[in-house]
Amino acid sequence: MLEIKNIFCGYPEGFTLKNVSFKLEKKEFLGIVGPNGSGKTTLLKTITRLLKPKKGEVIIDGVNIEKMKFKEIAKKIAVVPQIFNMEFDINVEEFIFLGRIPLKSTFQFLENKNDEEVVKNAMELTETVKLKERLVNSLSGGEIQRVAIARALVQEPQLLLLDEPTSHLDIGHQIRILDLLRKLNKENLLTIVAIFHDLNLASEYCNRLLLMKEGKTYCIGKPEEVLTYQALEEVYDTPVIVQKSIVSGKPYILVVPHPEEYKQSI
Amino acid sequence: MLIFVLVIGFISLCIGSGGLYFKEIISGIFTKGTPEFSILFDIRLPRIILAFVVGGALSLAGVILQGIFRNPLVEPYTLGISGGAALGVTLNIVFGIASIFGTMSMPISGFLGAIVVIIFLYSLSINRRILKMHELLLCGVMISFVCSSILMLLMAISKTENLHGIIFWMMGSLEQPNINLIWMTLFVSILGLIASYFFCFDLNALLLGEEEATHLGINVEKTKRALFIIASVLTGVSVSVVGIIGFVGLLVPHFVRMFVGNDYRILNISAFIVGGGFLIFCDTLARIVIVPLELPVGVITGILGGILFIYAILKKRLIFG
Repeated sequence: MLEIKNIFCGYPEGFTLKNVSFKLEKKEFLGIVGPNGSGKTTLLKTITRLLKPKKGEVIIDGVNIEKMKFKEIAKKIAVVPQIFNMEFDINVEEFIFLGRIPLKSTFQFLENKNDEEVVKNAMELTETVKLKERLVNSLSGGEIQRVAIARALVQEPQLLLLDEPTSHLDIGHQIRILDLLRKLNKENLLTIVAIFHDLNLASEYCNRLLLMKEGKTYCIGKPEEVLTYQALEEVYDTPVIVQKSIVSGKPYILVVPHPEEYKQSI
Repeated sequence: MLIFVLVIGFISLCIGSGGLYFKEIISGIFTKGTPEFSILFDIRLPRIILAFVVGGALSLAGVILQGIFRNPLVEPYTLGISGGAALGVTLNIVFGIASIFGTMSMPISGFLGAIVVIIFLYSLSINRRILKMHELLLCGVMISFVCSSILMLLMAISKTENLHGIIFWMMGSLEQPNINLIWMTLFVSILGLIASYFFCFDLNALLLGEEEATHLGINVEKTKRALFIIASVLTGVSVSVVGIIGFVGLLVPHFVRMFVGNDYRILNISAFIVGGGFLIFCDTLARIVIVPLELPVGVITGILGGILFIYAILKKRLIFG
């Protein structure tokens, strides 16, 4: 459903993405991993047309996104950003209703029955019903993530993009968010692309991983293929040990402190 | 709210330096041709209408500008539009244009001054292709300073009788003998209010930030430009007709946000109505405090509004912790 073709893209100061290409099938759960500054967020911004590529194409369902209106893109792709920066506060319910904006017809001024139905379902799914009256700026990190996912869901997208959905969360909340995403992926057949810093979580939940290095695709494939110690040591420039998780059999990465001592000991 | 405004409007209609009694007013409304009738309908009513639409226009402009700049400190005068208008009027007075072309040239020169600033700011944002909001804001503040400095220079070298005219205009007054100008202001502000409603969802989406608004399918650049023009025209027209009446455009938006929340579908109209009501109220006070003289209405909006606002913030703190 999504195809990235030879993308060169970045900020005026210089290229950050260099010749990135990959294809995404429906119902995939793709994780994007890589060190800081490797172009993960830039890639997400390119997909949603926040940044215009210098070269290459982003194609959704056979249509180049440059030929689509922002509104048409918003009907297909929903984004959960890393942080919200709101100067004027609104409550959770109003916040989630904002997700219905791209689906409004030109002269629709108030929410209709259908909007209310969709919002109610999304709040139940993400367990945010009891937060309804709270102000968004007063929520905790885990609550904000759930509310933001609810807002993305009411857009009724085919593709959900998330920028580090689990950073700043404790392990309990991390698992809750990711279980929710997995459920959406398996049961609601939503295609998901998410940026991860935690390689173990990415390995556990994604069916494919894209490893990036310095704006290029280093490799893409199943977690077992991507998360090898050779690849990780080269990309992250730090020694790691890759084992199999005793829970799921997926790759599990152990870090090695004091790399100098480690290198001497080999 | 609307009822509240009508009541204020009626009270304001009843009170004035003419010292009419209530009975006379009631009879005055229904009998044409009496002096009471002409005081009510030719002097007070137009003034009330003008106060309402100017208050409404400035508040609405404040709400819109705060929305697109995502900054609670922005108000219509921050962008230097009022500075431009003041400069236009001052040049008019200093060079004696008004004495040649009549008093009508005063608001026109004010509006020209405002337009020059608007076009300048707008072209700055176009040339940079993307409107970097904080830079635009800083440019606006700088234009304000430049304008006020030139203004001071002009005042320093101008004759005493001109000085009086300049200061009088700068303090702002809702006394406007030209009924056509009042109709025009009414027309522009209502038009601005309607236009703002085409963008209320865009403004709602902008609450989340520009990137998030784009993700919700909003063409952010186009929206910001359109809203910037709406707000500028509202401000420009108001300032050139009534002079500089400070504070309304900053205070009323915040006040209304406190009570109705930040959904622009409600916020736009509420700010307009409350702003209008507030200015009628202030103007009425300005007329009666030192009868038979008048205070500049800007004095009342500043003192009364500021105190009310601080009170409201403190009270909110006490309730919501």
